[in-house]
Amino acid sequence: MIAGMIRLLTGVQARWVGAAPVPGPRIYFANHLSNLDLPTLWAAMPPEVRRRVQPVAARDYWTLTPLHRFLAERVFHAELIERKAVTRENNPLRQMEAIIDRGNALIIFPEGRRGTSDDGELLPFKPGMWHLARNRPGLELVPTWLDNLNRILPRGEWLPVPLLASVTFGAPLRLQEGEAKEAFLERCSAALAALADEDPQP
Amino acid sequence: MSDALRWFAIGTFGLLAVATVAGIVGFALARSDKARAVAADANSRIRAWWWLAGCMIGAAWLGRPALVPLFALASFMALREFISLHRTRRGDHRALFLAFFVVLPLQYVFVALPWYGMFAVFVPVYAFLLLTARAAVAGDTTRFLERTAKVQFGLLICVYALSHVPAILLLPGDERANVALLCWFLAVVQLSDVFQWVWGKALGRAKLAPTVSPNKTWGGLIGGLATATAVGAALWWMTPFSPGRAAAFAAGCCFMGVLGGLVMSAIKRDAGAKDWGTSLGGHGGVLDRVDGLAFAAPVFFHVARWVLGQGL
Repeated sequence: MIAGMIRLLTGVQARWVGAAPVPGPRIYFANHLSNLDLPTLWAAMPPEVRRRVQPVAARDYWTLTPLHRFLAERVFHAELIERKAVTRENNPLRQMEAIIDRGNALIIFPEGRRGTSDDGELLPFKPGMWHLARNRPGLELVPTWLDNLNRILPRGEWLPVPLLASVTFGAPLRLQEGEAKEAFLERCSAALAALADEDPQP
Repeated sequence: MSDALRWFAIGTFGLLAVATVAGIVGFALARSDKARAVAADANSRIRAWWWLAGCMIGAAWLGRPALVPLFALASFMALREFISLHRTRRGDHRALFLAFFVVLPLQYVFVALPWYGMFAVFVPVYAFLLLTARAAVAGDTTRFLERTAKVQFGLLICVYALSHVPAILLLPGDERANVALLCWFLAVVQLSDVFQWVWGKALGRAKLAPTVSPNKTWGGLIGGLATATAVGAALWWMTPFSPGRAAAFAAGCCFMGVLGGLVMSAIKRDAGAKDWGTSLGGHGGVLDRVDGLAFAAPVFFHVARWVLGQGL
């Protein structure tokens, strides 16, 4: 029901251009421009996929209020991770690997925070996804482009404008044999940015 | 329900039933892939027509309390499609919020009250000046004129012009008669679109404006306008006009409707899209369906207001 409400608010259209909407262990990595990104991406997935996907979210933000905590834990089934004081005990990588090992999919925002660019330019990716891909060989990484959400609710605004959003799922990437960290992150970033130029029709 | 409206409802649903049967038979008889595609497109449009006609006639039966919100909703969806297709910037955010959640509802409140003076000037005077100022206060000057022009154009077409359809209820005369007149207006403008499509498929040769609207042909245009005008005249009993005058009004409405289709098509192509949206099956988006209405309604409203007000 919450998914239905989000779809109504954002009029979101899901377009699976390169990946099939099937449940299973994979990583959806998306651009991050708005607080609505995660709810919209989650709502755009078909229910059988949505039930087997866990977003990775910042603990400091999603435990701000009881409402945040409720949404993160009960609605999105988010895996909350530390952004700051990371130690050996709370290393987010271990949490993410455990989800993959359970056969579930992850949603990550590899930029690590919301961008503010009007043209949707991507910030440099954090290296977490490279470590994950190396520790779990053969893992599929699906580039996921969120369009128009920065216009519906940009960073720093709290009143949404009811425009139509779209989510484009591109062809999955895999870590190649011996691929270096920078080259891999660069390749992922380019694949995600390329989705922005797909047919602009919502 | 007035007699005129009852006959109109019977006629509309009867016509749709015939079209539905014809569509099913046409699809079954189609030999080539091309013919099947035309039939499938027609059938998806007919399905959407059942919904549109059902909502419209239901609202007409309930009168102003239902008609005004129905068109407010159409405005909302049309404006949403219009703004979604055009790149605005962060500096436009607050102005857009006001456009959707303040200007649009207020414009329809002025129709519902009814407050004619405010209805007529609210968008071109107050919304125009204040929203533009709001975007300027936000401080981003990049492509400022282009951005504000997009927001203002969207408001003028999707909200201001379209709100003249329910404003037909405010014309001089009995409101129940005006409900019938509003239905007559919608039927004529929409049928002109349908007949243009049908005639265009039947004898489409010479393209009318190939760069703007590749499916429009001269054959379709002339056939469609003539047929819709004839229908408008035949339905004169729904209007306060004589058959001859009803024909003249119908021709004018259809002509404006064609212009509306062309202008909105040009904007759409410029933005790189074929349809405004996907919410109405074969029709595309809401804006694809109401573009002709938005152009025809203000002209029809003001000419009819003058004619009826003068007691001509």
